Amino acid sequence: MNPALAPVIVGAGPAGIRAAQTLARHGVRPVVIDEAASWGGQIYRQPPANFQRSGASLYGFEASRATAVHRAMTGVLERVDYRPRTLVWSAEAGELDVLHRGRTSTVPYSHLVVATGATDRVLPFPGWTIPGVFTIGGAQVALKYQGCAIGTRVVFLGTGPLLYAVAYQYAKAGAEVMAVLDTTGLGPKLAAAPALLRRPAVLAKGIYYLAWLRVHGIALHEGVRPVRVLGTQRVAGVVWNDGHHERELACDAIGFGYALRSETQLADILGCGFTFDPLQRAYRPGHNVAGRSSVPGVYLAGDGAGILGADAAEWAGERAALALLEDAGVPVDGARAATLERRLARIAAFGAGLERAFPFPAGWAAGAADDLIICRCEEITAGDLRGAVKDAGAHELNRLKALTRVGMGRCQGRVCGLAAAEILAHASGREPRAVGRLRSQAPIKPIPFTVVETGPEKPA
Amino acid sequence: MSQRVLSAEVMPLLNRVAEADRDRVVFTLDGRTLAALAGDTVLTALLTNVVHLGHTGLSGAPRAGFCLMGACQDCWVTTDAGERLRACSTLIENGMRLVSDRSALR
Amino acid sequence: MRERLVTDVAIIGAGIVGASAALALRRMGLTVSVLERDFCGSSASGVNYGGVRRQGRSLAQLPLAQRAHGIWGRLRDVIGIDGEYLRSGHLKVARSDPDLASLEAYRERTRDFGLGLEIISGQALRLRWPWLGSRAVGGSWCPDDGHANPRLVAPAFAHTAQRLGANIREQTRVDEVAHDGQCFVLRSGNEIEVHAPFLLNCAGAWAGAIAARFGENVPMVSAHPVMAVTEPLPLFMSLSLGVEGGGIYGRQISRGNCLIGGGRGYALDDERAWPGRSAILSVMEQAVELLPALRRAHVIRTWSGTEGYLPDHEPVLGFSATTPGLIHGFGFSGAGFQIGPAVGEVLAELVRDGRSSTPAEAFSIARFTDPRRPHEDVATHPLKGIEGAPP
Repeated sequence: MNPALAPVIVGAGPAGIRAAQTLARHGVRPVVIDEAASWGGQIYRQPPANFQRSGASLYGFEASRATAVHRAMTGVLERVDYRPRTLVWSAEAGELDVLHRGRTSTVPYSHLVVATGATDRVLPFPGWTIPGVFTIGGAQVALKYQGCAIGTRVVFLGTGPLLYAVAYQYAKAGAEVMAVLDTTGLGPKLAAAPALLRRPAVLAKGIYYLAWLRVHGIALHEGVRPVRVLGTQRVAGVVWNDGHHERELACDAIGFGYALRSETQLADILGCGFTFDPLQRAYRPGHNVAGRSSVPGVYLAGDGAGILGADAAEWAGERAALALLEDAGVPVDGARAATLERRLARIAAFGAGLERAFPFPAGWAAGAADDLIICRCEEITAGDLRGAVKDAGAHELNRLKALTRVGMGRCQGRVCGLAAAEILAHASGREPRAVGRLRSQAPIKPIPFTVVETGPEKPA
Repeated sequence: MSQRVLSAEVMPLLNRVAEADRDRVVFTLDGRTLAALAGDTVLTALLTNVVHLGHTGLSGAPRAGFCLMGACQDCWVTTDAGERLRACSTLIENGMRLVSDRSALR
Repeated sequence: MRERLVTDVAIIGAGIVGASAALALRRMGLTVSVLERDFCGSSASGVNYGGVRRQGRSLAQLPLAQRAHGIWGRLRDVIGIDGEYLRSGHLKVARSDPDLASLEAYRERTRDFGLGLEIISGQALRLRWPWLGSRAVGGSWCPDDGHANPRLVAPAFAHTAQRLGANIREQTRVDEVAHDGQCFVLRSGNEIEVHAPFLLNCAGAWAGAIAARFGENVPMVSAHPVMAVTEPLPLFMSLSLGVEGGGIYGRQISRGNCLIGGGRGYALDDERAWPGRSAILSVMEQAVELLPALRRAHVIRTWSGTEGYLPDHEPVLGFSATTPGLIHGFGFSGAGFQIGPAVGEVLAELVRDGRSSTPAEAFSIARFTDPRRPHEDVATHPLKGIEGAPP
């Protein structure tokens, strides 16, 4: 084995796990760094040890995939250096900066697989910061990871396949789902059907969720426009426009989101080049189908490099590990690599179909009132942003951040970045591509001052 | 409705629908003793008892977390020793003492 | 199709120096064109700590600093915003008795400048500022120094100048600049050409290259400040804190976030800089020592930037030694924010009158370019320390 080969994988979701498995199978021992307590990422997140629900109950249709992915990790656990509860907060000169149990240390790498996953894409609407409004992904985590529904009478709002999947999971678990409000109308879904048919099993699943919800009497509304959340200390209801009238529904929790956005801070800090993805209306780190980024030795896989879903993440993780091995001079199965690339190409077309079926609501920025909070950490409103455009001629996102503080809060733009870019683009008369993206800074997530009290860990 | 003894505004936020068979964990919030289950995160432990995590919004608005996956950083809470925890990614422990207003600490 | 601007004064750089010069020139009725490579105030003027302080400056800088102090006091009248400027007071802390003696010596030396310095130590220090860590043995308190938001102030100078008719072009790099015998000609790509009899070199860390085109070589180096900011914390510190002999500096804004700076980062390329892990951890370590209230806090963001330094930590300010009509204003060595507005006025006076009411002879470029004139090197000058310099 090449003594200079010291690969590190960041992330232990489906992409990170398949990358780890692939490296281990080739006799290489990667370090696998996982912010969570246990592997699985978000979609296949494992509940705490003393929980009892079966895989079928937790993951539904995904149960066999979840089990396979979990087993892939347990199967190589002794052949990898798995570091849970470890946050990568920066990277510099071939080493990752990590935080574990309140202490910092560095992890050197010869090659790096970045599999940092995704979080919900959020487009604010009035009242979205009221207690009881959670992301759809968050609503799923509450159920899967904690056995809780986010409320007793839940409305799901936004768009994307997760909207129906999580509503279904909630209803099946016995939570009362008051309604599913989809901002996308029927038209886009039908138009996307040909692309969606590339993955008939996935499409069938989506149709199943829809049908099941209908059969169980859960109100489904399409083509809606969210108007506002009712309530002060907590959610009391939601108001939406159905295209003709304003409608109101009493509820005590809202799961809301518009599909996913990639976690790209580490790729940015590593110096990866980014490209604008017009379908996702967002910048993502550029890579070829094998997962090679613009930085030699850095490979990108899974939703952290562009939203393609969990199955694609597995293939991309494996393919990136094969690319890493190829680049390190280790022989790999070229046919397998080619198979993975073919699958990834097919799924990219399906992913494009999904974006068409559940499109980004392009009119969102125009409809955002001046007093709408865009940045929930700093409580910056759409009007604050538009003011900077008008008064200071801001037309670039980092400039907007410097002038208004948007994206300067604790979440460093994870939640507000895309919405801020949309407001900026609309207010300055530019395309979203032209206003740029928020540049990531260290630390990727907050680090405590106590790291210096206890002293840094000596490198291993 | 007659079953509702509390108004909807002060009912706890989260609603347990599964996994009830776990050991009990006891902790305090502002000195008040509350109960949760082993395996709950601090966020679950709090929000199955109360309706928000404190007035942590910049303008003093109440917040209750948002993403539940450690990304939004909206769920940081404080212990009575002044220690800060991200509620959604920290498990509740027996005897944890939490406060809802960190500015009251010195 | 190249746009041609003919103007009284061309300015390279729209940081606080270039922008305040543009504003002052417009107020005098002169026409101004400013070419800024990035966005106004986006470099040193935007990434610095935000200290607005006179205390700690060399005697040579104090007349400029006092003039600037008057401008800061009228900031809203000058630029239309308050820039979050507060006369919070500046406390320069001594961590040892020799450092305290240095502070006392500085107070003595600067007596005539009216800074109002007060030396406080021992029990009085602890009573007045109980949140100070035990390593602080004393401090020099300047009640009218303070801090502001650097991201807002320099852009506001630029926008005010623009509203008064200055032609300011952002994202416009100067590719060529020379004197054609009649006037200065500046070109940016194929888009813009500026003709002017006066040229102000306010190009910050990149001004040395501009000066060199006119045969004036100065030993400029780039240095990269390191800043860290916390989440909002309960308010405990209202003043701006510095440390004698270097180390760190810190302030708490009204939202509650604490900004801590110190040490050195490094360049990623000619324009971008990175704090680096050792600098971040060092700042955090020193910060928690002086400000124990930070023990439970988190750093949520760090940043760096690029500042231009000269070996004596004094700027170059004044006429070119080679080229009539060329006036330099650069090299503020990490301390340009407070005096920037006064420097702008001085530059404007030099254009209009050929002289300024504020003495600036000590900052002549000749000290570098004339072999007969010595300049000091801070490495050999014991009383000159920049805040945050490595030991």
